[in-house]
Amino acid sequence: MAKRLLVRGNEAICMGAIEAGCRYYFGYPITPQNDIPEFMSREMPGLNGEFIQAESEIASINMVLGAAATGARAMTSSSSPGISLKMETISYMAGMEIPCLIVNISRSGPGLGGIDASQGDYFQAVKGGGHGGYHIIVLAPSSIQEMYDLTMLAFDLAEIYRMPAMILGDAVVGQMKEPLIPHPRPHRELPAKDWALRGTEEGGQRVVKSLFLGDGELEAHNWKLFAKYRDLAAKEARWEDYETADATLIATGFGSAARIAKTAVAMAREEGMKVGLLRPITLFPFPAKAFASATEHCKTVLDIELNTGQMVEDVRLSVARDAEVHFYGRPSGTGSLPTPEELLEQIRRYYRN
Amino acid sequence: MFMAGYGGQGVLLAGTLLAQAAIVEEKNVSFLPSYGVEKRGGAAVCTVVISDGDVGSPVVGNPSVAVILNQSSLDKYGPRIKPGGICIVNTSLVDLSGFPRKDLDIIAIEMNAVAREIGDARMVNMVAVGAYAARTGAVSIDALAEALKDTLPERNHRFIPANVRALEAGASLIGKSGQV
Amino acid sequence: MQQVFRRPESLKDVQTHFCPGCHHGTIHRIVAETLDEFDLARKTIGVASIGCSVFLYSYFDLDVVESPHGRAPAVATGVKRARPDRFVFTYQGDGDLAAIGTAEIIHAANRGEDITVIFVNNTTYGMTGGQMAPTTLPGQRTSTSPYGRRSEKEGFPVRVAELLSGLDGVAFSARAAVNSPRNIMDAKKQMKKAFRYQIEGKGFSFVEFLSACPTNWGMGAIEANERVGREMCEYFRLGTFKNTANL
Repeated sequence: MAKRLLVRGNEAICMGAIEAGCRYYFGYPITPQNDIPEFMSREMPGLNGEFIQAESEIASINMVLGAAATGARAMTSSSSPGISLKMETISYMAGMEIPCLIVNISRSGPGLGGIDASQGDYFQAVKGGGHGGYHIIVLAPSSIQEMYDLTMLAFDLAEIYRMPAMILGDAVVGQMKEPLIPHPRPHRELPAKDWALRGTEEGGQRVVKSLFLGDGELEAHNWKLFAKYRDLAAKEARWEDYETADATLIATGFGSAARIAKTAVAMAREEGMKVGLLRPITLFPFPAKAFASATEHCKTVLDIELNTGQMVEDVRLSVARDAEVHFYGRPSGTGSLPTPEELLEQIRRYYRN
Repeated sequence: MFMAGYGGQGVLLAGTLLAQAAIVEEKNVSFLPSYGVEKRGGAAVCTVVISDGDVGSPVVGNPSVAVILNQSSLDKYGPRIKPGGICIVNTSLVDLSGFPRKDLDIIAIEMNAVAREIGDARMVNMVAVGAYAARTGAVSIDALAEALKDTLPERNHRFIPANVRALEAGASLIGKSGQV
Repeated sequence: MQQVFRRPESLKDVQTHFCPGCHHGTIHRIVAETLDEFDLARKTIGVASIGCSVFLYSYFDLDVVESPHGRAPAVATGVKRARPDRFVFTYQGDGDLAAIGTAEIIHAANRGEDITVIFVNNTTYGMTGGQMAPTTLPGQRTSTSPYGRRSEKEGFPVRVAELLSGLDGVAFSARAAVNSPRNIMDAKKQMKKAFRYQIEGKGFSFVEFLSACPTNWGMGAIEANERVGREMCEYFRLGTFKNTANL
C-alpha cells in the first residue's frame, strides 16, 4: 500500500496542482483558503515556478490570464468575496477561451458574512457568475483525495475544452485532514496549444481576445462556446452513486453536505430504510442524466445544501416528471453545520416504503 | 471523538496527532477543526472520526467520546454527548458540580496539574490524548508516539520525549478497568 | 532612387480607424520603429488594454493578448513571469491606466516587473465619447465636466510619470510628446531607452506620451496639436524623471 499522508484539503489542492504541472500561482490572502498561497509560496521557488501575492484579487486573476495566455498552467485561489472580485476577468477568460484553474474555498455570505463552510456560491459558480452568458467547468470534491484528484482533472478538462475550471470547496473540505495517497498525474490526450502566445518567430500572429465586432462574429463565437458546454454535458458529467439501485428515497447534495448526508444515508440503511445517495461531482456539467435515470424507479429525492436552495433547481430540472424533490438547507454561519443525525431526521420525514 | 477547549490549549494539534496515529495503525480517519477568527483565546474545537471502514461524515452531532478542556466547552457541548458515552474532563478548569448528566462515563482529570507535575504546563493536550487513547483503545500510545514525528515540525522534535511522557502520564491515570 | 520612408515591418499594411489628427498613429509608428530597430517584433507579446488602444493587434503584426479595463500591467506580469524570454509591453490610455487601473500600474511598477508600459495621455476618455479623465486639465470641458473640471470637486490631473518615478521598483520613467518633429524625435529616443531597460533586464520602464484627441476636444487637427504644446506641456512637463542606469 502506498504511503498515506495526513493532508489538509487546501494543501491537497496544491499538491494536485503541482503534480499537474502548474508552476504559476497568483493570489491574495483571504480566510479560509490561506493555506493555499502559503503552501505555493513555499514550493514555487524550488520548482522554478512563480508565486505572486498580488495587490488585489483582481490583479491576481489577471496575472493568471497573462500566464495562461502563453499556454502555461496557472491558477489562483480565493474565497467567496474574493471570487466575486475576480468575476469580470473570469468572463473575459471564458470569452477568450483561456484554460486555467480557480479555486473557491467558499465561505458564508452574503457580504462579509463569516468564515464558516458554505455552499452559497453554487449559482455564481455554475451559472456564469460574471457578465455575458458563459459557463466554466465546476468540480466539487468531498474528500481530501478528491481535492487532489479533481485538481488534476480540472487542469486537463480546462485545456481540453479551452475554458476556465473551478474547484468549489468550502471550509470543511478545505480545513479537514484525511489520509491522501498521492499518485502521478493520469495520462489524458490533450490538444496542442495552437492558440498560445509565444512571439511570431514561431509562426504567424496569434491574438487572444474576446472582442468580436464583425457582422455575426460574436454570435458565432457564442454558439461555439455553447457547443462546448453541450459537449461537456455529454462527455464529462461525473457523479457518485451510493446505494441507489433499490432506493425509494435518494438523498443528494454536493461537496461537504453530501459527505454528511452519506453518513445519514448509512444510518438510515441500518434502520432498514431503502435510501441512497446521488452526489454530483461535476456541478457544471451537471449530471442531469444520472438524476433522470435514477428517478425512473425512485420517486422521492431529498436535496441537502448549505444554503437556502440552489442546486435544487438543477435537480428539479433533471428528475423524472413524476418525481418529488424536497429540499433541506442550512445556510451557513457559526453553529449551522448540519449533523448526520439531523439529516437522518429529514430522511425519516420524507421516506415512504 | 470530539475535543473542545480554547485557542492555545493545543486542541487542534491533539486532533492532528490522533489522526496521524490512526494512519500509523492503518485505520481510516478524518480530522475536522473549527475555530474562531482570533488567533488566540477563541473557541477551538475539533472532531476526529476513526474507523476501520469508510469515514463518512467528518461532522458528528452526538459524539460517543468527548474531551472537554474548559468550562465553556462543557456548558456548550456537554448536552450533546451520546447517552452512555464517555466524557473526559479537565477538572483543573472545569467545575463538574453543576453538570446534570448521569448517563455518561465521566472521567475527571486535573490535566493542568498533571502537566505541571511532569514539568511542562503546555502539555495539557497530550495528557488528554493519552487518557483518551487508554480509555477507548482507539489508538495505542506507541502509535501516538510514532505519530509525533510526522505531526510536530522538525524543529520541535526535541520536545518529543516530553510529549511522550505527557501521553503516558495521561494513560497511566486510566486503570486496567478503564476507570480512573 | 533611395527609399527614405517606409512602413515599419512591425506594422501591418492596413488603413487606420483613428480619427484625423489623433496621435495614436504617430505613437504606434514610434513603437513599431523601435521594435524593428532592436529586432524585437518576433519575440514580443503585446498586451492591449480597453479604449481606442484595444486595436493594437489590428495594426501591429505581433502576438497580442487583450486585458480587462485597467488590468494590462497585471496581465503583462503574468505573461512575463511565464515567458521571461519574451519582450512584453502594455499600451494603455489614461482612463485605463490612471483611473480604473491605478492599483495595477502602481504595483507592477513597484514590483519592478521587467516590462515596458506605454501610456497615452490625451486628457480624456476617447472611445466612450470624451468623458472626464484623471488627466483632464483644470477647467477643461468634457462630456462629464460640462462646466469645466473643478479641482475643488474633481481633484487634479494626475502626473503619472512623476508619480511612478517615486517608486523604488521603477527603473525608467519619462514623458514625451509627438506634437512637433522635434518632440517626435525626442519621443523616439525615450522609447528606445525604455525598451533598452527591458532588453538589458534592468527593470520596469515607463513612457508617457501626450496625445491629441481632436474629436473629443472639439478641435481641428492643427488646433489640437497646438493645445498639446501650449496647455498640456505646461502642466505635464516633458522630460526624464528616472533613469537609474543612465541609458
